[in-house]
Formats: sequence, structure tokens, C-alpha cells
Amino acid sequence: MRERITGAEALIRSLEAEGVDLVFGYPGGAILPVYDRLYDHNDKLQHVLVRHEQGAIHAAQGYARATNRPGVVIVTSGPGAANVITGLSDALMDSTPVVVISGQVGARFLGSDAFQETDVVGITQPITKWALQVRRAEDIPAAVARAFYLARTGRPGPVVLDIAKDAQLGELEWHYEPLRFIRSYNPRPVVSPADLVAAAEMLNSAQRPLILAGHGVMISGAEAELAELAEKAGIPVATTLLGLSVMPSDHPLNKGMLGMHGNIGPNFLTNQADVILAVGIRFDDRVTGDTDSYAKNSRIIHIDIDASEFNRNVKVAKTIHADARDALRQLIPLVDSSRHDDWTERFDICNSVEADYVKSRELNHGGLLTMGEVIDAVSREVDHDAVLVTDVGQNQMMAARYFSFTRPRSIITSGGLGTMGFGLPAAIGAKMAEPGRTVCYFGGDGGFQMTIQELGTIMQYGTAVKMIVLNNNFLGNVRQWQELFFNSRFSQTPMVNPDFCAIASAYGIKSRRVEHREELADAVAEMIAFDGPFLLDVLVDETDKVFPMIPAGGHLENIMLDKDTHFVYPDNRQNNQQ
Amino acid sequence: MTPATHQQLFTITVYSEHCVGLLNQVSIIFTRRCLNIEDVSASRTTLEGVHRLTITVWSDRETMEKVVAQIEKRIDVLRAFLYTDDDIIYQEIALYKVDTRKLIDEQYLENIIRHHGARVLDITPDFTVIEKSGQPWETEALLDQLRPYDVRQFVRSGRVCVTKSSVEVLDRYLDEQQIRRHKIENNK
Repeated sequence: MRERITGAEALIRSLEAEGVDLVFGYPGGAILPVYDRLYDHNDKLQHVLVRHEQGAIHAAQGYARATNRPGVVIVTSGPGAANVITGLSDALMDSTPVVVISGQVGARFLGSDAFQETDVVGITQPITKWALQVRRAEDIPAAVARAFYLARTGRPGPVVLDIAKDAQLGELEWHYEPLRFIRSYNPRPVVSPADLVAAAEMLNSAQRPLILAGHGVMISGAEAELAELAEKAGIPVATTLLGLSVMPSDHPLNKGMLGMHGNIGPNFLTNQADVILAVGIRFDDRVTGDTDSYAKNSRIIHIDIDASEFNRNVKVAKTIHADARDALRQLIPLVDSSRHDDWTERFDICNSVEADYVKSRELNHGGLLTMGEVIDAVSREVDHDAVLVTDVGQNQMMAARYFSFTRPRSIITSGGLGTMGFGLPAAIGAKMAEPGRTVCYFGGDGGFQMTIQELGTIMQYGTAVKMIVLNNNFLGNVRQWQELFFNSRFSQTPMVNPDFCAIASAYGIKSRRVEHREELADAVAEMIAFDGPFLLDVLVDETDKVFPMIPAGGHLENIMLDKDTHFVYPDNRQNNQQ
Repeated sequence: MTPATHQQLFTITVYSEHCVGLLNQVSIIFTRRCLNIEDVSASRTTLEGVHRLTITVWSDRETMEKVVAQIEKRIDVLRAFLYTDDDIIYQEIALYKVDTRKLIDEQYLENIIRHHGARVLDITPDFTVIEKSGQPWETEALLDQLRPYDVRQFVRSGRVCVTKSSVEVLDRYLDEQQIRRHKIENNK
């Protein structure tokens, strides 16, 4: 006979059955039966008490992005659930597997505006992959099995289980069966051989092929296949922001990052490519700029696990509905060994202009410290081997540009939603997931203060996150737009800040403030060498701006090198031939 | 809402699991794009547990293709299909509640009903209920003729439709899924 247990106990056992050993959460009335059972599972299931539910979900996202396993969040009803909304929306945009378990008022109170009742399923349906309310204890194991199956398969995403208090308190006969099939859901489409042959023919006949690699490459673990294909066919690779680290930064075929603040080579030459192989990217508007002029000389092959992304933002010539790794693996034997040296060299020509004109200025600035040189100093100190976690804004774009990568799965940043406050809790989750790796968080003084309360979590668990606040006493990215596009009218962007080191020390966290260039190297070395969490508050130049820049919705060839200068391809003869 | 000239009326059919909140999941996709649903009907199908929505909306093809892809992406949705009027046979049902006292004096009532292919569902001393199925312009035409008799309530069901295609795509999908299920279960 099967053992009779409560729904709350079944929930915890179901999590354990799914291999969960770490959850992020915050207790409250409607989830108390679960927290009571958690008390007896401390040995197998660690619970991290955050300081705000938004911190819990961003930490779970950081955990998930670092490991490719679902991050788990437990919160109470009403405000507890409402506080994870931003993270759910963020996780849906960035394909992050997260399972949120929220307590809910008792079933008989539902719809009565009971204390701490909110319509969790109704609110979360448009911003989750799937959401379900559970009202009966006996439904809990199957609901958890379904939640994990959906979160981690196909295009990963956030799911919500809203569990009424009666379901937690009621009893059931314990039995757990993982889910492997849902008739309305095909997470692993079979790749069509005809599609692959057609794609290979397009690539083999291309004169100027280009690979665009996105987050999907990382999620499917296709880094090796990507490199093999690119090397065999001699095709340059550009990555999206979320695709950073799918190829080592110094790989000769890695030509850099796409997007508004991406590298000149991949952005400028997108419009010269004749065949584009887009793998696990969704043609975000920050990547395409003006879609009417985007890649107009190119036939695009789009590989994606999510069929709804096909022809959504950009019209493509060939779609391959598949897991990126499945598709690339089968594509490799079909492509010819080739080289496109003249074409590949154009990327280096573009990028060398960027190096001379943009990077050298950022890294050899005479006055106040720049964001770029701080990030570069940290990247060198960790031998380009750390996990980079960023907040959102200039700090994020600068980090994406000046941090280098040697290992895959080394970038955790809020791409689609652009959530300020994401970085600090995400870094906590990443460090807990990968305790053996150095985790470097870069944030601005604005975003850092949006979730600054999570310093309490760092204190409580001694999470050895390296925190670098690029402090310019400004909301820097908005300031940059105001300077460039709104006549330097700095409306509501100057910020009076507290002493971040004093705050860190109140939390018992070691810190150091850097104001001058000559202190930087020593301070960075001290931070990385220190065995534990460390906050580096670095005063940076408020006038520092992220360049190159393609203004929102702009043409990919219209690249600003600074406020007054636009990029021109150095060899005019070659450029005019296009 | 008066549709813009480049727009046309599309019919979307959604086959889904019969679960709580399904309609919200689908309708919110229209809300996000500020698309106004013209009419919507929901019903069971002959397939166990499979529910069906029929939705009509004025829009352009590109928008509708993206909307249908977003609908089909919802986990509880089996398949969603996009049609124009050429692809389907469609009908709606309308009910008219008319004042019986005014009708009684009308010698041509029977002619009107026969002419429109309608029928009387119920007669009380107070009111008479007439049913007519057809296309919107047909139910509208009967409404116009009945107006003098004080139409107290008028309701139309919204469109129901079947495809003109000889291939039943949903059945084929479910058969393929059944094969996939056997493969997964045999690999256990």
C-alpha cells in the first residue's frame, strides 16, 4: 500500500524526485504548510532565504542560466506571487527554465478577495510558458512533473504552480512519475533531412556566408558543433548578447557581437552576406535595427526550436524547426570544406577600425576611469575564465564588449526584457550553481540599488560574488540617450548615492572604493584574490558613452563611432563594389 | 469597428485540451496586439477531451499568421488553423424573440418564415421565438423584416465552420502524436 502524506510533503518530495537540491524563496501565510515540511528536508533540499521575492526569481534565473537546470522559487500568495512577475516576464523572453511555486488562499476563499489573494494564473498566463492552479492534494505530483517537463524541454521557459492551501494540507497516496509526453506539445521536433540538404546547398554555394549564433546554441549545448561547422566551412560567426561565450572570444572565426552596441564587423557586414545561417536567435530589434533594410542581400536559413519565431521579425528563405544541436550535428557532414578568406578578412578590417577608434579611446582615457577599462582589468585578472553577470544599461553593454570568454555558458544577463536589478540576485544564483567558478557582477549605481537588499542574502550565505559597481552617480544609459538625442537635457538621471562601501560593511561584506586609475589594478587583484564576497565601488566618468552605436531602429550600416563620427569602411574601392 | 480596406475577415479554429483558462490564454494574444474579436464560439468535438474555438477577426494575413503561431505555441493548444472564407463552409444561428400579439395579426408571417428558411421554436401568449441559420447577411435580412413586430431580443451564435479540404489535419496530427507516445513509452 502506498504511503499517505500531505500535499506539502508531496510537493517537496516531487521537487527532490526532479533532482532539485536548491530553492530560492520567501515564506508567508499561504505557503506555510510547505515551509513546515521543508524544515524536515534541510539535509537534501537547501532553501535560500532572499530579501525580496524579485530577488528569488532572478537568483533562480541565474542558477538556471549557469546550469541549464530549472531554477526553483517558492513564494507565498498575493504580494509574494506578484513580486515575481518581472522575473517571469524576463525568463520568458530569455528562454530560462524556472519553476515558481506560489501558495494560494484556500480553495473556498478563491474569488472572495481573501487576505493576500491575487489571481496568479490569470496574471501570469501571458508571461509564462504554462501556469496551473492546483486545488487538490492528489494533483500535486502530476502538476510538478508537468511543470518541470515543460520548463526544461523545447524552448525552456518559466512555469507557475499556484497551490491552494487546502491542497498543501490535504492528503494523498504518494506516487511520483516523471512526465515524458504531452499530446499537445512537441519539444524535440524531428529534423527534416530535405531541409538540411537544402540548407547545406545554400551554404555550399555561398560566397559570403555568415553564422549568427544565439542563446539557442547555448541552451542546446551546441557549442562544439557550432565551432566544427564554422571551421569546416570557413564561415565567420557573430553572436547575440545572450550568445556570448558560445565560442571563445579569441577564436579566429568569432567576429564579435551583434546589436545596437555590438562590434562593427558583424553588424556592418550583415548586409553584405549572401547567405546567413541563424542558429537559435530570434532577430530581436536590437539586433536587426530597421527590419526593412536588414540583410537584404542575403538568403537566411533559420534554425530554431520555436516555430513561432520563424518569419516573426525577419522574413527568411529556409526554416529548420529543430533543436540547434540536432540540426548542426546533421548539417556538418553535408557542408563542404571551404574557406572564405577575403570575406572573413573584411570583419577584421571593420573590427580594427573599432579597435583603433573606439576601444583604444575607452581603454586609454586620460581623465576619470572609464567603464571599459574597469571591465577589461577584471577580465584580465580572472584570465577571461569567469562567469559574467551584468545588470542592465551601460554597465551591461560595456561588460558585453570588454569582458572576454574562454568557456561556454559564461554570460548571464537580462536580454529581452532589460530588467534593471536583475544582476545582483542573478549573480547569487549563478555562484550557488557554480561554486567552483568566479562570478563577476557588473552593475551601475542605479540597477545595483534596485535589488541592493540581496546583500543580506550574500551576507547570510557567504556567497562569494565579486561585485563591481560602475558608479557614475547617473542613470548612465538614459543619460547617454539624453545627451545624444535629447539635447543633453538630463531629466531625472543624476542620482545622489549613499556610500556603497559603508552599506557593504553594514552587511559585513568586504569592500573597496576606487577613484583613481593607479588604484585599479591593485583593487581588482585584491577583490579576486579575496576568499568571499567583495564589493568594488568604482567611480567612473559620467560622460563615458557606449560606442559603437546603431540608434534604435536604424540602418545596420549607419554606425556611430562617437557623437559626431560615423563608420566608413576603410577600403572605399571594396566598399563601393557592394 | 469599421475595418480598414486592406483588412479581411479571417476565421481561426483552435483545437485544445479542455482546461480552465484556455480561452484567456488565447484571447490575451489578441489583446496584446489590440485585435478586436468579431465573434467567438467554443464547443466540444467528437474527440475525447478535445475542445474547439472558432474565432473571427478583421486583420491582415501577416498579423494573423503570427497570431496563429503564438496560439499554437500555448502548451494546451493542440493545433490552430487560419482560414479565409474561401477555405471553409460556415454558418451561424440566430434567435429572434418577437411580440406574439403583434405577430398574431400578421397574415404574412408564415410566408416570411418560409421565405427565410426559418422556423418557430416556441410560442407563448407573450412572445414567439424564431430560429434561423445562415450567413450573417441572411440572419440580418430576417431581422429587418421582423423589426415591425417588436424584436425584443436578437442573438446570433457566432460563426461555426468546417473546412473544404479533403485532408483532416488534426486527425493526422493526433495519429502522429500517438505514434510518438508509443515510441517514448517503449523506450522506457
